[in-house]
Amino acid sequence: MLSHIPDSHIVLDAVQKTYNNRPVLNGINLTIKFGEFVAVVGKSGCGKSTLLRLVAGLEKYDGGSICVGGMALNRLNKHARIMFQDGRLLPWKRVIDNVGLGLHGNWKMEALQALRNVGLEERGQDWPAKLSGGQKQRVALARALVHKPDILLLDEPLGALDALTRIEMQDLIETIWKEKKFTSILVTHDVEEAVAIADRVILIEDGKIVLNKLINLPRPRQRSNSAFANHVEEILDRIMLRGKEKELLVVNRQPETLPLVRKAKKVVPESSYKEESVRNGIKDHQKPQ
Amino acid sequence: MKPSINGAAKVFIPWAVPVLLLLCWQIFASMGVIPPRILPAPLDVLKAAVELTQTGELLDHLSISLGRALTGFLIGGTIGFLLGLFNGISKVSELFFDTSIQMLRNIPHLALIPLVILWFGIDETSKIFIVALGVLFPVYINTYHGIKSVDKNLIEMGQAYGLKGGALFWTIIFPGALSSILVGIRFSLGVMWMTLIVAETISAHSGIGYMAMNAREFMQMDVIVLSIVLYALFGKLSDVIARMVEGKWLQWNS
Repeated sequence: MLSHIPDSHIVLDAVQKTYNNRPVLNGINLTIKFGEFVAVVGKSGCGKSTLLRLVAGLEKYDGGSICVGGMALNRLNKHARIMFQDGRLLPWKRVIDNVGLGLHGNWKMEALQALRNVGLEERGQDWPAKLSGGQKQRVALARALVHKPDILLLDEPLGALDALTRIEMQDLIETIWKEKKFTSILVTHDVEEAVAIADRVILIEDGKIVLNKLINLPRPRQRSNSAFANHVEEILDRIMLRGKEKELLVVNRQPETLPLVRKAKKVVPESSYKEESVRNGIKDHQKPQ
Repeated sequence: MKPSINGAAKVFIPWAVPVLLLLCWQIFASMGVIPPRILPAPLDVLKAAVELTQTGELLDHLSISLGRALTGFLIGGTIGFLLGLFNGISKVSELFFDTSIQMLRNIPHLALIPLVILWFGIDETSKIFIVALGVLFPVYINTYHGIKSVDKNLIEMGQAYGLKGGALFWTIIFPGALSSILVGIRFSLGVMWMTLIVAETISAHSGIGYMAMNAREFMQMDVIVLSIVLYALFGKLSDVIARMVEGKWLQWNS
């Protein structure tokens, strides 16, 4: 058995999760220190969001154990606040009331302060529908932070934002994290975002952790930096590795006839330029010589 | 060029067609094209209204009809709302009641009038019962549907932020279902008037429907038309009130 390591905040030990007999998480071991910022990356459907929802206590795990601050987690994680991809603001509550959700007593001042921290103090009386996507996520961030959580869980919160707003939000989250010193887990499909913001990047594939990489870059991180690019490249290579193998297998096995396009397309992962090259390759081949 | 319609015009334009129709009606009636035995002139209808108001008869019938409508609406609406609420929230309650309610819903409630007259006679109870029955189902369906279709993600978010029980209901479930509930209420206001008219026409000794039927006996065309106009005005009035409530409660949606 794992003994409790003094500075570890969240400990996952052989965590299992299945949906309809299909394993989604299959023996996850992960220790996160107090104040650490961990990013979880992986292809869609790899189980990274499920991992986050387990830590939040929104779902039950089927095997293993999760400990938060030395205590076994068996229901809603009260130390954590979660931020979702789709803001999930209540459209019928004004911004300030959204931030104050679940607060008691004299909460207005705290909510206003939280809004100030995300730079939206003068939007308190607006309806959420009047805000842009980035502003909505800022409000969602304020709503999470107003509870002063020990753990901030981020479930692809920037996934739906445009590139510029996203970088702005990453900086904001990093700044607040440095100031408040909470532990954070960020689930994202954007490797660059993970490297930009996290102390450690974890890659999940088929329900298992296949990469656990410390990012030892000084903050604030420069994206143009070659060390930064190397980290991103390394993780991307690891993610794409399996895709490349599959693609090679398919290309080698199939006779060079038209159906190849259709079959190859199914297996080749998202990256579209690869599809393009396969298609072009066939066109070239068919040209009368 | 795009024609722009300013504020004042927006208020008046919807009334242009009714006013025009009234004018034509008045003109044709005074010219004798429409015989008064078929349709009395608008001014005659107005005169009948004034006369009946002076005798106090109109006000009596009006307040009796209004009282019936509102009592039936409150009873039926409350029952429909509560049933929709419970069946929307509780799986057990839904299993128990939904099928039965859906079966009853498909019976036209006006078909029950003969039965209701035998049960309750032709006094107030029978009218209120029929109105309540008619109002119940639209409110039920829309409340039930509204609560069922509240965004599950929002509920989950609320739970993750520590809301439960009553707080969860009043913060997320009820506001989320409100626009659907209000649709049900607006619809049932229409049902309320229609049901009342039929009920009063068939069996009553007071109310606007009775006034119309009574006038028929004496061939008082102006009174008959007056009661029809009154129903139209009340229908419009309840719609306006419902819209105002919607505008206030669903501000965030505009």
